[in-house]
Amino acid sequence: MLSLLQALGRTFLNFLGATGRIALFTAVSLSHCVRPPFYSRLIGRQMLEVGYYSLPVVGLTAIFTGMVLALQSYTGFARFSAESAIPSVVVVSITRELGPVLGGLMVAGRIGAAMAAEIGTMRVTEQIDALTTLATNPFKYLIAPRLIAGLTMLPILALVAMSVGVFGGYLVSIYKLGFNPTTYIANTVDFVQFQDVLSGLVKAAVFGFIITLMGCYHGYHSRGGAQGVGAAAINAVVSASILIFCSNYFITEIFFSR
Amino acid sequence: MNKPSTPKIEIKDLHKSFGRNRVLQGINLTIMPGESVVIIGGSGSGKSVLLKCILGLIHPEQGSIKIDGVEITNLRGSELEEVRRKIGMLFQSAALFDSLNVWENIAFALIQGQGMARDEAQRTAIARLGDVGLRHEVAMLYPAELSGGMRKRVGLARAIASQPEIIFFDEPTTGLDPIMGSVIDNLIVKCVKELGATALSITHDMASAKRIASRIAMVFEGRIIWEGSTEEIDQTDNAYVQQFIHGRADGPIQMQIQDHFEGLPG
Ligand SMILES: Nc1ncnc2c1ncn2[C@@H]1O[C@H](COP(=O)(O)OP(=O)(O)OP(=O)(O)O)[C@@H](O)[C@H]1O
Ligand SMILES: [Mg+2]
Repeated sequence: MLSLLQALGRTFLNFLGATGRIALFTAVSLSHCVRPPFYSRLIGRQMLEVGYYSLPVVGLTAIFTGMVLALQSYTGFARFSAESAIPSVVVVSITRELGPVLGGLMVAGRIGAAMAAEIGTMRVTEQIDALTTLATNPFKYLIAPRLIAGLTMLPILALVAMSVGVFGGYLVSIYKLGFNPTTYIANTVDFVQFQDVLSGLVKAAVFGFIITLMGCYHGYHSRGGAQGVGAAAINAVVSASILIFCSNYFITEIFFSR
Repeated sequence: MNKPSTPKIEIKDLHKSFGRNRVLQGINLTIMPGESVVIIGGSGSGKSVLLKCILGLIHPEQGSIKIDGVEITNLRGSELEEVRRKIGMLFQSAALFDSLNVWENIAFALIQGQGMARDEAQRTAIARLGDVGLRHEVAMLYPAELSGGMRKRVGLARAIASQPEIIFFDEPTTGLDPIMGSVIDNLIVKCVKELGATALSITHDMASAKRIASRIAMVFEGRIIWEGSTEEIDQTDNAYVQQFIHGRADGPIQMQIQDHFEGLPG
């Protein structure tokens, strides 16, 4: 019994310690994001890496999500003769939730792991030490460009995911379910509100920050050779995914509960 | 600006442990401007850790480190960065940035630190590449495409590229052939003589130590147990130093080696 309590206590203290370390890491990273000098070359390269090269993954995820959403809603709604609700269901689900969340998860897998592995390798091969001795702050040189790229690129990716997802729903509705194109588009445009899109973009920005922060944090603190780098990559993806789901709930609550 | 009487580096009673492993247990070392000091000592005796403490990469538990008379153990942020600008470091593992090619590695401090234009930095980097005996075609290669000895030499070129006042060399000639080893030793001597730099090197190669050092210090069990000039090291009757420089297996320094044949029949 006592040992159980001890174990619980230790876990709780570890958790508090980790939370504190991440908070500190976040504060230091953010302070370097807003203070010059800015490494525009590196920011550009990271934006390309996070934004441009994630387009195929995010686009494919979004189009099939939109397609399956239309199909599933149809099989459900047809029973109540409510097929006309499909355009609105598709557009609201995609803009509010599925676009940013699924896009975020895909990018977490792609970018979070890559960042943790890259920075982790630099840590265990003393490249971060070398950076420091060359009077360059690793937060400024390695971490700030990645965070900036995450914050700015994810909303753009989300916008793409939203458009492609809605288009996927449109394709299935028109060519498979026999909807009238003009009515479908009119319904979509009528129903979607600015707030739906805005909430999706805000979510995406937060997810982008979480993904890059977790990638950098776990990479920066990795130790112990190849195994440590592998563990950092796993931790980055897992913690980013969980934090995406958590923060998704709270952002939704801020936007839509009243 | 500094009076010649101010030591370039002054280390007093430096302690550092990793958990129960007490690595540095009271290092005292003073290095005057323009000196070239070589540290020798067994593998795992804490030589690399000592250099990293001076660079502020590892925080010692106790003791003082002064560079140009400024205490650095409690410096943070930009003040520490200012001190690091004076120092160039060759890491034991070279620690080249593998996302940058060779010349960008060498020119890193010039571009990031001094804001030199890229094409000028490239020319300077290629000149340094020549100094360490590498052809200019190597400039465009990436660290993964180099041999171990080539990486070491690129690391050396990076350490001296910004012409720092203080240069640390962690095993500069390990992994090089004897001829290239001499070339590098001469380069280090040249850095000290011509640039007026202060050098602190680590090496296991006694011939190379004698070529580059004006003074040699030996580390054993976390302390400096012997210090003296290059001439004195052959004459000393210190049993530890004698054993080390002649590489004898028996003597006062006991290596922790398990005897695998112990207890075998026969
Ligand atoms: N980051 C670290 N974490 C834990 N222990 C460390 C760390 N760095 C070094 N050590 C320990 O400190 C001791 C000294 O290491 P150091 O690298 O300074 O040896 P060294 O004298 O440079 O040896 P070599 O000549 O083989 O390079 C070793 O026992 C090593 O295990
Ligand atoms: Mg070493």
